[in-house]
Amino acid sequence: MSVPLLSRARRASSTVPVVLAVACLLLAVVALGLGTFPVSPWSVVTILLGGDEGFATTVVRDFRLPRVLAALVFGGALGAAGAVFQSLTRNPLGSPDVIGFSTGAYTGALVVITVTGQAFASTAIGALAGGLVTALVVYVLAWRGGVQGFRLIVVGVAVTALLSAVNSYLLLRVDTQTAVGAAIWGAGSISLVQWDALLPAVVALGVAGVALGALHRGLRQLELGDDAARAHGVATEPVRLALLVVGVALTAVTTAVAGPVAFVALAAPQVAARLTRSAGLPLVASALTGALLLLGADQVAQHVVPKEVPVGTVTVVVGGVYLLWLLVRGARRAS
Amino acid sequence: MSAESRLSAEAVTLAYEHRTVSRDVTLRIPDRGFTVVVGPNACGKSTMLRALARLLRPQAGEVLLDGKALHTVRPRDAARQIGLLPQSSTTPDGIVVADLVARGRYAHQGLLRRWSSEDEDAVREAMETTGTAELAERRVDELSGGQRQRVQMATVLAQRTPLLLLDEPTTYLDIAHQIELLDLVARLHRQGTTVVAVLHDLQHAARYADHLVVMSDGDVVATGDPSLVLTAELVERVFGLPCLVIEDPVSGTPLVVPRSEGFRA
Ligand SMILES: Nc1ncnc2c1ncn2[C@@H]1O[C@H](COP(=O)(O)OP(=O)(O)O)[C@@H](O)[C@H]1O
Ligand SMILES: [Mg+2]
Repeated sequence: MSVPLLSRARRASSTVPVVLAVACLLLAVVALGLGTFPVSPWSVVTILLGGDEGFATTVVRDFRLPRVLAALVFGGALGAAGAVFQSLTRNPLGSPDVIGFSTGAYTGALVVITVTGQAFASTAIGALAGGLVTALVVYVLAWRGGVQGFRLIVVGVAVTALLSAVNSYLLLRVDTQTAVGAAIWGAGSISLVQWDALLPAVVALGVAGVALGALHRGLRQLELGDDAARAHGVATEPVRLALLVVGVALTAVTTAVAGPVAFVALAAPQVAARLTRSAGLPLVASALTGALLLLGADQVAQHVVPKEVPVGTVTVVVGGVYLLWLLVRGARRAS
Repeated sequence: MSAESRLSAEAVTLAYEHRTVSRDVTLRIPDRGFTVVVGPNACGKSTMLRALARLLRPQAGEVLLDGKALHTVRPRDAARQIGLLPQSSTTPDGIVVADLVARGRYAHQGLLRRWSSEDEDAVREAMETTGTAELAERRVDELSGGQRQRVQMATVLAQRTPLLLLDEPTTYLDIAHQIELLDLVARLHRQGTTVVAVLHDLQHAARYADHLVVMSDGDVVATGDPSLVLTAELVERVFGLPCLVIEDPVSGTPLVVPRSEGFRA
């Protein structure tokens, strides 16, 4: 007699992530084989399982694997961060790349570059600090006895505009070579990611991911509105603050290593929500969609575009189109 | 009415940012009673309920739960004792009924203790008693106002709290469903739940309440047995409505008949 009540809803929300994870794996195998030195998928799998395929082993494991892993991990982090911020702001535009955190991270990196004169030395720390400070400023400016989604977005967009101007100014002050290096980083690129930068980032993102797992149920409650969430027993402001911190950490760590990669945090949660047909924005599916998107975009950036470009250039183009569609649809609905 | 009261507002001042709604008001909720709060629009009924449910911290005075200041009780512990049906609520796009009702179980779960058979039972029972079981897989945003109200009610019932605060639970319901819902609440009350409900219909209030609270302009102006409290003089004073109070031919409780003049002759 005991028919599970949530059967359908649960099934839909658990099969989609599995499919997405498998898609990520398949694309990763293909990506590891692509390039001027092609490696067959079969050899790639052998190498990944610890086998030796001669020179191909070096190419796959040492040259290509960090970049593919970076795409998966950073894409996942951005997708999850986007889901967190869009849920908190209750707005598909409320993602970290729109409300200034990524731009702020870039500013932080540029400040370090102009001060030290080095392009890549400690930009990560500058980006981290820049992202966190920007988030704090936006949060404080938007605070009025609690933070409201719409105000957060408006303040965020204003701060983004301001910081963009600051970024242009900083870029003009450094010598050409540094400026070019900074600009590539500023477009969002994972082509130069090495193991030594990747590993600490993966650990930090893992910690943030675990924290997010603990906060997940609180986020689902906040979707019901603050009154309902509080009546259900959620300490709303502390939970919201913790979610913001985790979301900022995910964005800032990613930006510190890969630069401000646009669009993934904006689009992945919306795509994932449509795929899973779930209520609200699903965290796991958003992360997996983000991973798939960034890995896919990086293949386009490397192999489809005539001359290789930073992956952020690809995501920004796709993102621009998506953003336009979102605005046009929103305008239609409003009229 | 015995003076036992687990939940009470003691000399509270309730305010939003720039607006003080209630000043120095005391309201004690009789244990295992069926308290109904009535009063004109915007007189502060919802505000009082929000304070009693730990959603709004008094600027002065205290809301007490079992003798402890409510704001010092952990939210989760408070939510195991007090359930609230808010006057209005938002639901995420596309959420299905069973999923929404299940979210009422938050206070009973934890990091390590996730979905249990007790949760499953509570959700099932809440949906059956509110007649929403057959809606389980439907999207909430596709339901009628009345169906949605019953789903919200199921969400609160799934919380299984000994104290139940209901803010206008009968809005959106047709007359038959209003009575059905109030009968359900009365049944819970008989089974030992302490009920506080904001109602607009004075006839319903008189029929179901064993303790009536009349509010006006943020203040509690009368409390007690409805047949003693609900007089023509009080209704005229509080609502500004000239009326006649007669005996309800079915229940024997007071029945307020407006003396208006604009009706069809
Ligand atoms: N969130 C709020 N911010 C500011 N004022 C509010 C808020 N909610 C209610 N009020 C005001 O408080 C007063 C009492 O409102 P409420 O308690 O909702 O009345 P009732 O439930 O009796 O109709 C009203 O004047 C209303 O405008
Ligand atoms: Mg009200």
